[in-house]
Amino acid sequence: MTALCEIRQLRVTYRGQPAPALDGIDLDIRAGERLAIIGESGSGKSTFARALADLLPGGASVAGELRWAAGHAPRAGRDIGFVFQDPAASLNPVLTIGEQVAEGARRHLGLSRKEGRLRALEMLERVRLPDPEKTLDAFPHQLSGGQRQRVAIAAALAAKPGLLIADEPTSALDMVVQAEIVALLGDLVRDGGMTLVFITHDIALASGFADRVAIFRDGTLVEAGPTGRVLAAPRAAYTAALIASHRDLATPPLIGEAGR
Amino acid sequence: MTLLEAKDLCKRYASGGRQVAALDGVSLTLAAGETLGLAGASGSGKSTLARVLTRLVPPDGGAVRFEGEDWLALSGEGLRRRRARMQMVFQDVLGAFNPRATVGAVIGDPLRIHAVVPKADRAREVAALLDRVGLPASYAARSIRDLSGGQRQRVAIARAIAPRPALVVLDEAVSALDVSLRERMLELLVALQRERGIAYLFVSHDLAVLSAVSHRLAIMEAGRIVETGPAAQVIGDPRSPAGQALVRAVPVLKRPD
Repeated sequence: MTALCEIRQLRVTYRGQPAPALDGIDLDIRAGERLAIIGESGSGKSTFARALADLLPGGASVAGELRWAAGHAPRAGRDIGFVFQDPAASLNPVLTIGEQVAEGARRHLGLSRKEGRLRALEMLERVRLPDPEKTLDAFPHQLSGGQRQRVAIAAALAAKPGLLIADEPTSALDMVVQAEIVALLGDLVRDGGMTLVFITHDIALASGFADRVAIFRDGTLVEAGPTGRVLAAPRAAYTAALIASHRDLATPPLIGEAGR
Repeated sequence: MTLLEAKDLCKRYASGGRQVAALDGVSLTLAAGETLGLAGASGSGKSTLARVLTRLVPPDGGAVRFEGEDWLALSGEGLRRRRARMQMVFQDVLGAFNPRATVGAVIGDPLRIHAVVPKADRAREVAALLDRVGLPASYAARSIRDLSGGQRQRVAIARAIAPRPALVVLDEAVSALDVSLRERMLELLVALQRERGIAYLFVSHDLAVLSAVSHRLAIMEAGRIVETGPAAQVIGDPRSPAGQALVRAVPVLKRPD
């Protein structure tokens, strides 16, 4: 697989912070892969996502290189779609869903108002929203959290970007909706031949769909590799600890024999 | 021994000109020292139930008996006094506090309000509670804003157990924490239950968390409890579609064979 982006010695320091939020990151993003960036709070995983999409706040200093295969930095909205944790933060409360989903497509694909609306309708269908026709004219507050995140995904993908970055897109949602959204993202990325960079704190969630995983901790890259290899034979003690602390329904309860 | 018995609780909200039932006839019982895990998706009514039981919002109908008393009939001084027996921990309950408040004041408040220990012993009791939740006594002088999320949740637990409650209602109390911290917090809650015989009503959308600590599970959907039973039974063989969806939604670590 060819590299979509080669990241070399990336360092990001936020204004007023003595220590970098991210330091010494060497990582390739391969064209067409599903890469999960896994880390706990303070690991730098969201900083990494923002640095990749050129969405860092003003005053953040960036050192190192992002070598894009295209030869130029990707254009936000056109080449990169971004889905945030909180869909409310990325949707405008006073615009209809249709207007917001069409916006990127109209700007980047040069569609007319009418074509934009049709594209928005097609996107709402693709993200499996119930009653897409009606949703076009709805406002964000009329939708549930999960539906809003579907809309945010539709808007991020409307201009057909080659790379989708999703930063904890399901952390604000309940687990049933999380499972649906993750399945949806996997399908959309596969069908569209896109590259997915998925930021998460949940190694089990990532293990369900990622081709490769990269483990971040305290602003550094702990290890990266194919999902199966990292889970079966983690090279870093931290990765092993992360795997060990995972809890699912097969994990013995903490209350011992009670409830059995 | 039955600690809490709720019967036919109803709560309606107006939404877009329509009446939406957040609670549609919910009944449950909780024994002393027991953990009931209450699972459900967003909007299922589980947080409304937690808020009705803790008397943060009044129900439109139904009854609650708690420690033999008509819990919903209590008001004023009587309610204030009895609140010591039913405490709560929310996702980031201390986020609502004055960020400059000290840890000592946050934990000391319920000790003072409920006169749990004589005034002269209050500082020592705060130190003992901090120690019990795994924080140094010196933290009493720190501001809430200087704590990490995990430390804040430990302080919230110390505050909740300070007035020696019989029941603590936990609403997504560990959901915002990193996995390693979350596990330690669950262990702490289980240890406190063993030592003090506290009952928990543990509300979460995460069945993996609930399965770690719950003796029994109740599944909520659309304002109703649609399934209830011993935790292992509900997880192993969920009967309701909502329970099946919650079981399926728990991410499983896919290790290669």
